[in-house]
Amino acid sequence: MGKNYSRPQALTDVVTHYCPGCGHGILHRLVAEIIDELGIRGSAIAVAPVGCAVVAYDYWDIDCAEAAHGRALAVATGLKRVQPDKIVFTYQGDGDLAAIGTAETIHAANRGENLTVIFVNNAVYGMTGGQMAPTTLLSQKTATTPRGRQAATEGYPLKISEMLALLNGVVSVERTAVSSPKEVLNTRRAIKDAFMNQMERKGFSIVEVLSMCPTYWDKSPVDAARWISEEMVKYFPLGKIK
Amino acid sequence: MKKTILYSGNEAMGEAAIRAGLKFYAGYPITPQNELTAYMADQLSQRGGIFIQSESELAAINMIFGASAAGARVMTSSSSPGISLKQEGISYIAGAQLPAVIINVMRAGPGLGNIWPAQSDYFQATKGGGHGDYHLIVLAPASVQESFDLTRLAFELADRHRIAVMVLSDGLLGQMMEGLTFDEELAPPAAVEKPWALTGASGRKPHVVCSLFMKRPDVEKNNLILQKKYRRVASREVRYAETFMDDAAMAVVAYGSVARIAEAVVRRLRAKGKKVGLFRPVTLWPFPAKRLADLSRRVKKFLVVEMSYGQMVEDVRLSVEGREAVSFYGRSGGGVPTESQIEREVLKSLSAPLKRRRR
Ligand SMILES: Cc1ncc(C[n+]2csc(CCOP(=O)(O)OP(=O)(O)O)c2C)c(N)n1
Ligand code: SF4
Ligand SMILES: [Mg+2]
Repeated sequence: MGKNYSRPQALTDVVTHYCPGCGHGILHRLVAEIIDELGIRGSAIAVAPVGCAVVAYDYWDIDCAEAAHGRALAVATGLKRVQPDKIVFTYQGDGDLAAIGTAETIHAANRGENLTVIFVNNAVYGMTGGQMAPTTLLSQKTATTPRGRQAATEGYPLKISEMLALLNGVVSVERTAVSSPKEVLNTRRAIKDAFMNQMERKGFSIVEVLSMCPTYWDKSPVDAARWISEEMVKYFPLGKIK
Repeated sequence: MKKTILYSGNEAMGEAAIRAGLKFYAGYPITPQNELTAYMADQLSQRGGIFIQSESELAAINMIFGASAAGARVMTSSSSPGISLKQEGISYIAGAQLPAVIINVMRAGPGLGNIWPAQSDYFQATKGGGHGDYHLIVLAPASVQESFDLTRLAFELADRHRIAVMVLSDGLLGQMMEGLTFDEELAPPAAVEKPWALTGASGRKPHVVCSLFMKRPDVEKNNLILQKKYRRVASREVRYAETFMDDAAMAVVAYGSVARIAEAVVRRLRAKGKKVGLFRPVTLWPFPAKRLADLSRRVKKFLVVEMSYGQMVEDVRLSVEGREAVSFYGRSGGGVPTESQIEREVLKSLSAPLKRRRR
């Protein structure tokens, strides 16, 4: 019997720094598999965020720029405009994409930049120690909402994907999860579609992925995955938004 | 063939950039540099480059970060409040060692201030501006012609040293019109190899453009690389201009548009037999400290004039190291030092007793 599960070529052979059960590791692998499958290792350029995935460039065997916190889509715009034949994508957390980088996100989308965005919604700021993110659920406890997020003072979790779907420049918006094998496979398909949109020069595509942060959700990896499929999806429903 | 046209300083910088091979420009409107952004919108896309009106100065500086990482010649422009917003990105550009040209057509601050000319961003431009130990090369034109020539030079220096270069203009220089002469056939500065650029890792190991280093010794290493580069720049790229300095007993030190006003004063006083000269730094960083130190062994008095309340004067004082008296005259917040005000200050300084040396 042949070997049917091995490390994708676009994934480097190192141990990642992610916590056990973290969604980032799964997503990195999916992105690498898709790069292999589409044969774009030599033309893909990643833009890493500031967040737990800041050193994604250590894990992908492709060219990569590291952007300031929130500015990934401005950096990607510059990279792509001067090299329209390269496949440029950003990989951003919820704080990066939907708080400090909201303006860059909305305007890159609205310009219809031909880019692919992987948006990792883990409902907290992982890197800085589990503070509230724009996507933190109501009542969810974080370092900066110690008694749970309250709509009256912190507002509601931000549905930025739904907002982006309103923009004419955006060709595709989809929300998926990495909380079960079935969802992982669907995420893989959605990210591949988003890359193919760019290769076909269709425009701006974003995949929002609900992703586990067991460490700052204070849950075991199994419970964290269950929390996505039982709680997060109620507010952030999965599926194609546009 | 040489061509002479009547141009504003803002347009001259735009034309120089395009002729220097600018590939990507991003900017956000702000007075008094709007003509430059409009010039780029009109001209750059017609002449083989890419223009983006960004949603903010933050976005603009990060767009040029990306385009420069891809190996392109890049530029952004703004005026003081917008340059403050760009500081984060400038620090990242410095940390990642990306070549870039940044134009600041200075206006009065602090805060929103107003659109009138000022030189009050000298500290911000020459001492770092953003976080971390870094420098930009800072070029200070004093005419429309120099706005053109120094913008071209900025692209050469940026590529030569993998550094961000700021052209520090002001509302006066940006708006005023003068004759501008350039050679229509002059080719852009020769392209330099950019073996670090992000062009897709086809057939090679990946490139990474970043300013983050997870291991502490690596951050220090990156800093030491930067410091070495700054020493190299400081030893090679100092530029200044002198008028009547050969036998001057007193020097007026001024840059940019103030140097123009001061020069008129110096010429008039020379005609009256006063031994006054003008020393004009062209690079504000690296600062012509050594030349000023040498001059201070012979020149007995220095008067620094700025459109600020005293910023460059600190560098002049550091340069002469207390050997000679350095006096200062400045106006800011939209006030422009007049010829008669500068003349009054020069005469005051000339008649003051010499600094007594302690033995
Ligand atoms: C300008 C700036 N502000 C704040 C920070 C600190 N910071 C680093 S990562 C981060 C939040 C990251 O959260 P997210 O984008 O959700 O990514 P995650 O770590 O959850 O994957 C913050 C606030 C920074 N690096 N830069
Ligand atoms: S803190 Fe959360 S997001 Fe960051 S690596 Fe750990 S589990 Fe993943
Ligand atoms: Mg997050």
